[in-house]
Amino acid sequence: MKKITGNKLFVRALQDEGVDVLFGYPGGYAIDIFDELYKQDIIDVILPRHEQGLIHAADGYARATGKVGVCLVTSGPGATNLVTGIATANYDSVPLVCFTGQVPRNLIGNDAFQEVDIVGITRNICKWSITVHNRDDLGRIIKEAFYIARTGKPGPVVVDLPKDMMLEYGTPIYPNEVSIRGYKPISGVHIGQLKRGLRLLNKAKKPLFLAGGGVNIAQANDIFTKLVEITKVPVVTTIMGKGAIPTNHPYFIGNMGMHGSYAANQAISNCDVLFSIGTRFNDRITGKIEEFAPKAKIIHVDIDTASISRNIHVDVPIVSDAKEFINKMLEYAQSVDTEEWVGQLNGWKEKYPLGMRKDKGITPEKIIQAINHQFEQHIVVTDVGQHQMWTTQYLEMKQGVKLLTSGGLGTMGYGLPAAIGAQIGEENAHVICISGDGGIQMNIQELATGVCQELPVIVCIFNNTHLGMVRQWQKLFYGKRYSSTCLRARKSCKGHCMTDGYECPPYFPDFIKLAESYGVLGIRVEKEEDICNAFEQAKNNRNKPTVIEFMIHSDELVLPMVKGGNPLNKMIMNC
Amino acid sequence: MLNISNNMSERWISLYVENRVGVLAKIAGLFSGKSYNLDSLTVGTTEDPTMSRMTISVISDDATFEQIKKQLNRAVEVIKVIDLTQTSSYKKELLFVKVFHCTKLDKSELFQIANVFNAQVADYGKDSIMIECVQTKRKNDDFISLLKESYSNIEVVRGGSVAIESISKTEQ
Repeated sequence: MKKITGNKLFVRALQDEGVDVLFGYPGGYAIDIFDELYKQDIIDVILPRHEQGLIHAADGYARATGKVGVCLVTSGPGATNLVTGIATANYDSVPLVCFTGQVPRNLIGNDAFQEVDIVGITRNICKWSITVHNRDDLGRIIKEAFYIARTGKPGPVVVDLPKDMMLEYGTPIYPNEVSIRGYKPISGVHIGQLKRGLRLLNKAKKPLFLAGGGVNIAQANDIFTKLVEITKVPVVTTIMGKGAIPTNHPYFIGNMGMHGSYAANQAISNCDVLFSIGTRFNDRITGKIEEFAPKAKIIHVDIDTASISRNIHVDVPIVSDAKEFINKMLEYAQSVDTEEWVGQLNGWKEKYPLGMRKDKGITPEKIIQAINHQFEQHIVVTDVGQHQMWTTQYLEMKQGVKLLTSGGLGTMGYGLPAAIGAQIGEENAHVICISGDGGIQMNIQELATGVCQELPVIVCIFNNTHLGMVRQWQKLFYGKRYSSTCLRARKSCKGHCMTDGYECPPYFPDFIKLAESYGVLGIRVEKEEDICNAFEQAKNNRNKPTVIEFMIHSDELVLPMVKGGNPLNKMIMNC
Repeated sequence: MLNISNNMSERWISLYVENRVGVLAKIAGLFSGKSYNLDSLTVGTTEDPTMSRMTISVISDDATFEQIKKQLNRAVEVIKVIDLTQTSSYKKELLFVKVFHCTKLDKSELFQIANVFNAQVADYGKDSIMIECVQTKRKNDDFISLLKESYSNIEVVRGGSVAIESISKTEQ
């Protein structure tokens, strides 16, 4: 058999894995791989403007399509720029395979130019990381990397490729099968545990489903909705679980947690059986842990054994993939009498609805409602902060609508590149990025990628001239000491800030001019009545990004809210 | 809510892992990254050269220990996690102690101490002596305290415990 270089095998392996898009940024120790990629046209290579943007784009692509996102960067700074993106994907269980160039093997450890121990750096923030030291192992390791990334609890994998190993000739065969003795993803459902859980549910007076991101990752939304309809058990979701059931469904109560709805948090605090699927009970979800679901027996279904009984006491643990579990449960599920309980929940929902001020002017709620009315089957990608929470509160998730957000790590700068990745994966969908004026500036250079790839991404900047979420905490809990949260502040403001008669310096950058400098349409919306029109214009702008800057008042708050460390039923409703 | 128990105690894990670069760092990093209280960790190859076996002792409560086992199990490089805490097993640690500035009388006393502790004199010099002791960790602790009481100038190196399940004994 004719021997081939590692670089050739690399391309063959990716084609075999069905990779059609690769997010890549070249450099000295990856140049040979790019040379091989140049010689083929099955895999599309996307060149972003920064490796952090690159990996968030791969992440957005993976979340939008359910496929594995593939990154290729050079050694040293190329690799270290991936770090935040790897941790982001790790927290939200996104399947990524990240290939990093590496210095030749004889230079490893020499502090060579652009050498870093990326495997060491990423060891604790990814599912698996490995350097390929032998050309003979290359095919097997790539096979394992894809397998580990997409199976079980999905996650990012790092494969480090020394330049000289990749130039070495060796076997042309890419293996078909994979067997890793230390890694056997869980499959199947323990029927005994399922029945125990079901018995609790059937006897309950106030049962509640809590759906987490696991339901969305497993693409179990439709069957979950079916399960809810059969059992008649109401549902609350986490942020990552939003969309597990359509938000207009009569059994959907709301999002719960720190910025959840009053009704959803009351549901948790009052339920007698909490049936949770695919959530790890993160601190933003539980509030004060001792008072979380105090009256409830808890059933916890999760694919990750380490997530079960870690933060809260669980009565019935079930280790399973969400989809497999729900499918199995559908065989046994029966209707539960929940009429009174659902009535009580709907009462709370009516009495304490989510909502912002209704007087004149733009509010985030009105912008998101416009998205709800003007788009269908769209993908909304957020950055991190107030706008993210408003999106999770007001975005309606009808069938086919997707929400991509950095829930676990809370990575500012995620939104724009992830939206670009999502649009690359779903060409025909309307992809809407909702970002703040802080977050957008963390990866704004990726507008260029949107232009290069001719993507009709709609980039909404909620401009409140501040780092709004931190400012909100400062306003509520830190005596209005706005430390380092004003984006207009200049050196000369010192001593004058918030004093009578002092005029704040103008805001910069001018996002409209900035958009125009990239050759894209920029629309500034200052009046409520212009919201719809801006989205219509953006909708018709089909081969370039559109930037819409919404001028938001800096005092708009995300409410209701549970202060960190307080129980879920102790909510700040208004202030 | 989770019952945070205060039953801190010593617990033992025997761990089969891939014998590969970086695996030790992965396991050690898991303990440091998650603030688990690692007491001792030893590693060596097994009858199968592609596999290493680690013996780990930690001080933790029940809940943390459960989490440690689960986190170890999650690692791709980990092949098998065996909890030796409740299993009868043999646990021994190698200890070398050098005692300096010994008088003749000291030396003969050290021979006797070694005898009592089932240890051996491994090396011998004009005014110093080296003792090799293969005992449980606790016995080695005792041995060191005893020597420290009587001798001001000692040098210690210990290897960390290795453990293996007993064949027939039920006593731990």
